[in-house]
Amino acid sequence: MIALLTRDLKLAVRAGGGFGLGLAFFLILVALVAFGVGPESALLARIAPGILWVGALLACLLSLDRIFALDREDGSLDLLATAPLPMEGIVTVKALAHWITTGLPLVVAAPLLALMLSLPGEGYLWLFLSLLLGTPALSVLGTFGAALTVGLKRGGLLMSLIVLPLYVPTLIFGAEVARRGAGGLSVEVPLLLLAGITCATLALLPFASAAVLRVNLR
Amino acid sequence: MKSIWEYANPKKFIETSQALLPWVTGLTVVCMVVGLVWGFFFTPDDYRQGSTVKIIYLHVPAALMAINGWFMMLLASLIWLIRRHHVSALAARAAAPIGAVMTIIALATGAIWGQPMWGTWWVWDPRLTSFLILFLFYLGYIALWAAVEDDDTAADLTSILCIVGSVFAVLSRYAVHFWNQGLHQGASVMRAGALAGDTEERVSNVFAAPLFLSMAGFVLFFVALVLLRTQTEIRARRMRALMARERRG
Amino acid sequence: MEMKVTDLAVARGGVPLLAGVSFTLAPGRALILRGPNGSGKTTLLRALAGLQPPLAGEMSFDREAVAYGGHADGLKAQMTVTENLTFWAAVHGLREIDPALTAFDLEGLRDRLAGTLSAGQKRRLGLARLMVTGRPLWLLDEPTVSLDTASVGLFAEAVRGHLARGGMAVIATHIELGLPEAEVLDVGPLKAVLPAAQLDDFDEAFL
Repeated sequence: MIALLTRDLKLAVRAGGGFGLGLAFFLILVALVAFGVGPESALLARIAPGILWVGALLACLLSLDRIFALDREDGSLDLLATAPLPMEGIVTVKALAHWITTGLPLVVAAPLLALMLSLPGEGYLWLFLSLLLGTPALSVLGTFGAALTVGLKRGGLLMSLIVLPLYVPTLIFGAEVARRGAGGLSVEVPLLLLAGITCATLALLPFASAAVLRVNLR
Repeated sequence: MKSIWEYANPKKFIETSQALLPWVTGLTVVCMVVGLVWGFFFTPDDYRQGSTVKIIYLHVPAALMAINGWFMMLLASLIWLIRRHHVSALAARAAAPIGAVMTIIALATGAIWGQPMWGTWWVWDPRLTSFLILFLFYLGYIALWAAVEDDDTAADLTSILCIVGSVFAVLSRYAVHFWNQGLHQGASVMRAGALAGDTEERVSNVFAAPLFLSMAGFVLFFVALVLLRTQTEIRARRMRALMARERRG
Repeated sequence: MEMKVTDLAVARGGVPLLAGVSFTLAPGRALILRGPNGSGKTTLLRALAGLQPPLAGEMSFDREAVAYGGHADGLKAQMTVTENLTFWAAVHGLREIDPALTAFDLEGLRDRLAGTLSAGQKRRLGLARLMVTGRPLWLLDEPTVSLDTASVGLFAEAVRGHLARGGMAVIATHIELGLPEAEVLDVGPLKAVLPAAQLDDFDEAFL
């Protein structure tokens, strides 16, 4: 399992863009929203938590189809399936690798981008925490979508259509934490709900992902 | 007693549903015509909402079937995963577009109703938003069926998606309620005392009888369409199997 | 461990391809699968490897014993030869990769990126992977594609060594591998016979 994780991370670094592309996309998205909405900082500050959450979500989505597609093309997936690793373990490691290469950089970068959107001072900690808690769920859900569409020739768009509705609860609670935090309100309830969703997703969804991956390997 | 699973044989299913279909269709027409005509022309206008309230005879039954359609797909998916009856998977496939259209009807009639009542076509109300999300789930499900070539693979994948989607649809519903408390009135039909009471927020008994009739009509309509479409799916599947056999020689 | 397969039937895309496949393979023995293109050799191997469920029949052998080698080699172009092999060894809980490198004459290429190898060299690396799995039963699908004569010799030598250590191999191939001691199973005559198509009568398999 650790070998698989280190291999995936190594590949992400060597293939280029593993870490960088998602971040660059995040930056561009934030800039584009600012262009679209106008430079008025009071307005930007108000919508900053939402923009950053939606941005993080889309940046996550961008690299999902690579999770299994490359391994499927070169036959590694067949070989991994016959290796002594449980399929549930494989999809969990894949999700973890995706989170480290995509989710974690976004979490770290989000406060910087929040600065550009003049997020109020109280909001940074909660924005950071909500993303830290929420992005693992995004990766795990995305892995499910990727496993579901791995056998399809042009699965990217279909995968977005399937994965994005699954992101709704995480997005709502995550953005709510950030928004309430920025407004100086109590964040306890949405934060707990967000944590609950992430934990439940991490615990249960790998079984579904493994099941669909097995079906797709047939 | 014969096992219910006997009807899971495609041939048996087609025979049985052929025999049932005229009856179901006839009952559908009766219920819908009587329910809708009664509702539209022979009930008084609501004193506050005027005649706009009459769209309830379309809106509520469509919303009912939008949710129950998904529920039926969930059951059919579970049956496919557990007992591997092809008819079950094909019935789920057949139900999806019907459910999606019901969702559109519920959303559209809701918008038409909402315009005079709330002064806007669309609000980000929890119920409306939940239905929008449900519609997205329907779309993803239908698209996945269409995209996967092998029928059994598609059935497996969509079944698992249906289960995961059900969980997340329910989660989304609660999340959306948390996110925004809405304008929409509460569920008014089944609430205790709805039949007896004539409080303005509830559906009073003048409206109840035609509403239940048109709800029954929509349920039967759904059943008839699912039977018909499942037959079509079975024949299409059979055709693909024969073509695959042909290609193999 | 003995490998015993009884009355196996396999299907691809819902259409039955082979039926009644039965064989027994003792440790130290190899089985060559022969048959025309599209006869179902790949499907049979995938079923044996546990990648897809068979239609019918029984397989009695340890699934954890299988090392599968398909059409694709499972190599990462951005990693070196050593890294690729070390990864697969680690996945199977092993470390030693030098015997595999030696057996397939890859020592000179140790630090080359797999993406820069020629097709034949890649194939050799893919076959070397089998040796680092430490598993006794090799299931190989057309292992000699893009190998030159000398490399086919290396491969036959490696298989022979594997058998000598008590291993087993099931190999689908069209060419002569130079393994005269191996048993041969021609899957051509095992083609699944479908019931005559009747327009109105069909079962749950829609055939």
